[in-house]
Amino acid sequence: MATRPTFSEEVSNLMHASHGNPLKTCIQCGTCSGTCPVAEFMDHTPRRLIGLINANQKEDVLESNTYWYCASCFHCTVRCPSEIDIAGLMYSLKRYSIWKHQYPEDAIGPVFSETFVKSILRSGRSYEPVLAPSYIFSYGVREFLNEAATATNLMLKGRIPVIPPRLKRLENFKKMADRIIPMGGAK
Amino acid sequence: MSTYSYFPGCSLEKMALSYHQSAMQTTNAVGIELKEIDDWNCCGATTYFHVDELLATTLVARNLAIAEEAGHDFVAPCSACFKNAYFASKYLKEDEDLANHINYALEQDNLKFSGSIEVKHLMEVFVDDVGVEEIQERTTHPLKGLRVAPYYGCQIVRPKKDHEDVENPQFFEELITAIGADAINYAYRLRCCGGSLIITSREAALTLVRNLLQSAVDIEADVIATACPLCQTNLEVYQMQVNQEFGTDFSIPIMYFTQLMGLAMGLPKKKLGIGTEFISTDKILTYAKEAA
Ligand code: SF4
Ligand code: SF4
Repeated sequence: MATRPTFSEEVSNLMHASHGNPLKTCIQCGTCSGTCPVAEFMDHTPRRLIGLINANQKEDVLESNTYWYCASCFHCTVRCPSEIDIAGLMYSLKRYSIWKHQYPEDAIGPVFSETFVKSILRSGRSYEPVLAPSYIFSYGVREFLNEAATATNLMLKGRIPVIPPRLKRLENFKKMADRIIPMGGAK
Repeated sequence: MSTYSYFPGCSLEKMALSYHQSAMQTTNAVGIELKEIDDWNCCGATTYFHVDELLATTLVARNLAIAEEAGHDFVAPCSACFKNAYFASKYLKEDEDLANHINYALEQDNLKFSGSIEVKHLMEVFVDDVGVEEIQERTTHPLKGLRVAPYYGCQIVRPKKDHEDVENPQFFEELITAIGADAINYAYRLRCCGGSLIITSREAALTLVRNLLQSAVDIEADVIATACPLCQTNLEVYQMQVNQEFGTDFSIPIMYFTQLMGLAMGLPKKKLGIGTEFISTDKILTYAKEAA
């Protein structure tokens, strides 16, 4: 009888460009958690998350905020004695959870990522003011006011563009993206 | 004069215009030409890789292909853009199947990347290609007595690219020393500024910014020098929010290393984009007054 790959094997194989991630070799030393600047904000520390993955605790892993809290600082990655790319793992989990549409309900990350991607595919460039509305409503009143004050200051200092930038060869750019993932035009 | 294919990246269009201006001025002063990559696109920052690895790599490959067509090495002033370009180029050079697939997509824009160019961070151009001795020689207004906290951040050194020392790099300090300032050592020089968490996990990001500022202030830095627009924005623009959130009263200027270099070379502050910051740099300017 064929056996299905475990969750751990599945996640280990989600990094195609670098040909996988040796998650199974984790010795649970905790170097990653000790290094991680955001560990205190995470439901599970990086070490624990990898332990849970290797124990195939899929729900627990995907429901945690850990991978959305990763700042991609790669500090853990350069220190892991087993050469596990932990930051790369966090990316894999983001992709996996977006693909499965399974992530913590209050996470802002997935909405932000999707808005960001759509904005790039539409114009070829990223443009801050378009991105703002996608996350700003999740803020509390005080944070919202702070953010608005910051945005106003940036505007006054001429540091936010008024007209969204776009590519000259935008049609070619869209056709190029279409050859990788047919987007239905990504209009 | 050596020429590079220059990828400014989205932030430098406006948010970090002063980085762009000072990069142009300082490279020009040492005989380097930065030729902007024609019709470049967003490289996906850190965010695109959350969604799709292949398309993200394709976006970067388009810029690499245009840079290659121009016939020069690729240089980026933003650490995230640099990291993306470095690894996309590495994977394309090493993996023929991937290169074929992506080149098939690039055909739509009449482009092809064959992997004949190198990818560098702007600071590497100064440190490795120009050399710190040369920069020292060009320093007409040494920033004597100015206490600079060189802030590496993350992606300029991590993940490991090839020969660099990821645990104890010194090239930023060497550059600061070359322009006559004091490069001070502090605990957080390689720690993360929060990156895009400032948008998605605000509390965490503001905490990281606070810790970093505190670490530099504790050691009496006059200014934090950065080599990335995202770091600069997090540390400077969000400094007021940190103060509100934590009841601190930080007011430490955050400047691009190219701005400090420019001052030390006697370039006019306006041309270096000085004057659009939230936190006054007046004190820093007083150090650049006397010519050597
Ligand atoms: S540093 Fe590596 S080996 Fe150690 S716990 Fe983290 S992932 Fe496992
Ligand atoms: S890359 Fe992510 S998990 Fe690793 S140390 Fe940085 S924030 Fe923590």
